[in-house]
Amino acid sequence: MTPGKLDPTHPTPAAGESAGRLRIVVLVKQVPDTANVGGEAMKDDGTVNRAALPAIFNPEDLNALEEALRLRESCGGRVTVLTMGPPAAVQVLRESLYRGADEVILLSDRRFAGADTLATSYALAQAVRRLGPVDLVLCGRQAIDGDTAQVGPQVAEKLGLPQITCVSRIASVEAGGPAELHRTAGGAQRAIVATRSIEGGYETLRASLPALLTISAEANEPRPAGVKLVLTYKNVVAEAMPQYDDSYLDPESDVAEVCMVGRDGRPVCRAKVVQWDAHAIGAQEGTIGLRGSPTRVKDIESVVLAQAETRLVEPTADGVATLVRELVEEHILG
Amino acid sequence: MADTAHIRGPAGTGAAVSDAGEIWVWVEVDEGRAAEVGLELLGRARELADRLRSRVGAVVCGAGVTELGPALVAHGADTVYAADHPDLSAYLAQPYARVVTELIRRYAPQIVLYGATTAGRDLAPRVASALRTGLTADCTDLRIGGHHTSERDYDDLLWQIRPAFGGNIIATIVCPNHRPQMATVREGVMRLPEADETRDGRVLLVPVARAQAAARAGSQAQAASDRSGPVLLRPEDFAVALLERHKEAKRVDLKGARVIVAGGAGAGSAGGFALIRELADTLGGVVGASRAAVDAGWVPREHQVGQTGTTVRPKLYIAAGISGSVQHRAGMDQSARILAINTDPQAPIFSVAHYGIVGDVTKVLPLLIAAYRAKGGPDAARREGESPAATAVAKGPVS
Repeated sequence: MTPGKLDPTHPTPAAGESAGRLRIVVLVKQVPDTANVGGEAMKDDGTVNRAALPAIFNPEDLNALEEALRLRESCGGRVTVLTMGPPAAVQVLRESLYRGADEVILLSDRRFAGADTLATSYALAQAVRRLGPVDLVLCGRQAIDGDTAQVGPQVAEKLGLPQITCVSRIASVEAGGPAELHRTAGGAQRAIVATRSIEGGYETLRASLPALLTISAEANEPRPAGVKLVLTYKNVVAEAMPQYDDSYLDPESDVAEVCMVGRDGRPVCRAKVVQWDAHAIGAQEGTIGLRGSPTRVKDIESVVLAQAETRLVEPTADGVATLVRELVEEHILG
Repeated sequence: MADTAHIRGPAGTGAAVSDAGEIWVWVEVDEGRAAEVGLELLGRARELADRLRSRVGAVVCGAGVTELGPALVAHGADTVYAADHPDLSAYLAQPYARVVTELIRRYAPQIVLYGATTAGRDLAPRVASALRTGLTADCTDLRIGGHHTSERDYDDLLWQIRPAFGGNIIATIVCPNHRPQMATVREGVMRLPEADETRDGRVLLVPVARAQAAARAGSQAQAASDRSGPVLLRPEDFAVALLERHKEAKRVDLKGARVIVAGGAGAGSAGGFALIRELADTLGGVVGASRAAVDAGWVPREHQVGQTGTTVRPKLYIAAGISGSVQHRAGMDQSARILAINTDPQAPIFSVAHYGIVGDVTKVLPLLIAAYRAKGGPDAARREGESPAATAVAKGPVS
């Protein structure tokens, strides 16, 4: 199928885009703020109440967005931000608009639920394909809820793109590439030079475009939301394509804020966020969501700490000195 | 044809071998040496293979890697698959993924393990995507066990055990219907096996060649039956070129350290870390850090201890201002002795500590430095001044 034919709101590259400009897609994720699990997020039995955790923009995805915006500033071009998640994930897209993204797309469908990294990468890759030729796909090094760092390389493989992971610095985008392998969106042969962190050092690589890079927190300091942009976009909602399956949306909740498109193909209200479901990206059955996921969670064990015998030492000179003497006598300290 | 070299006599002892496939480890080679995490994984692969009545394969890619064969056999490999080619001299995701993917297609191992190094975490997901199989990152344990579903029961699956969701849960992941089952494991999680120079094994030289033309669309996979032909590296596999690699001559040796002084958020600042360093220097130890301290930029990432850092087993681990998330504890709770210093008596770190000091790191560390310099002499320690008396610690399960 040709997904492009399905959607009247399908974004097209801005007219007059020159060869020097970059078409950049940034993959982002809304994640529970696992780094700040406060007391209110704990249930009485000592397990985590996930619903009570605030949902945030995955930190290193903000670094990826920042790199995309800087590249647009230096080379010109267009930054599209894509996320897969429940309707509430529209919030990270709004925050992307606040920082200057040109276009944002929400991949949301009940059938995407339960996806592991493989099924996630399939859906994201299909969505990137639907956007047409791109020069760069950027994403955060990893997401804080799983820390797997797998989706980036898996999307690269699915799209047949070269990858540079764990990038701490993008040096330049330059003309020429190692070989005439890929036709870029602009038609010109270009390459990107980037530095990545490795154990005890770094390495610098050059990838012909198009390419996928995963960006680490070392790369930059993400810009804050722009005040004007916040005022412009704070009420944006997601606009679904005509045949959108809205069974996933909770009618009791307005959190989805999806703006439906009428039967006549005209949007019922103005929207900036385009929403795609599995049908829109031409996803094959059995490749998305839980069904498309090779891995299964067999067991989940909430962490309940075992009690250990801890000997308390007074935080005084005498207390500490006694401890040190003991450790020396036991040959723990030399 | 593939060349095979036997090491120390003919391979195979005639014992019954399961036909479910081998247990493989991709062993990273860095500057001619096998990465230690690869050898550690060979040790665990050996245990898994013995349990499954299977064999262990080690996959190495690089230039001149064939000579690593005897060492890999000594650490537990029955067969070393050596892809030895000048174009593989430096790690690059695409050509390495091409070779590993093709070898898995040809020999159908049931399990493939990778060290969770920057290269392993770059390579393994690319291979998993090409093979459309599962991959579990940063496992802290690997076991063999069953799995029950409403449709069928499975025997002898790989249980891939890892903390998840910010370390608030421990998840056991299985990959029931896709092969191979794949996982990455951080350095230091598995014990390094002792080399047994008398083990039998063989080195299989994997033929590798450069293809002149790019693969036609839809024919990326070589025919799986073509086991003996060369693995073809395509022009598009070299879309990334390595321009420069810089490695510090001296790496932080957390794993080899007898004493580790690790700082966390409670160290307060980069300046607060100076005290951590001073104590480490005084004790002849190495500086460690929690993820919070690394993320705050107080100390380089190579000092990080924990599930996503290094797993350590020193004789003494001093956790200064570290609250002790599950991921951190997973990386240090096997230390012979643990001293925890924290202002919060409820901090989870105390649950694994042998000694606990409830107090401020900036006050307690100078006392430790002074006490050690005096080798336990009370007078020297007292000169640093007294700290407020300890508060009683109400101990109990903390999560």
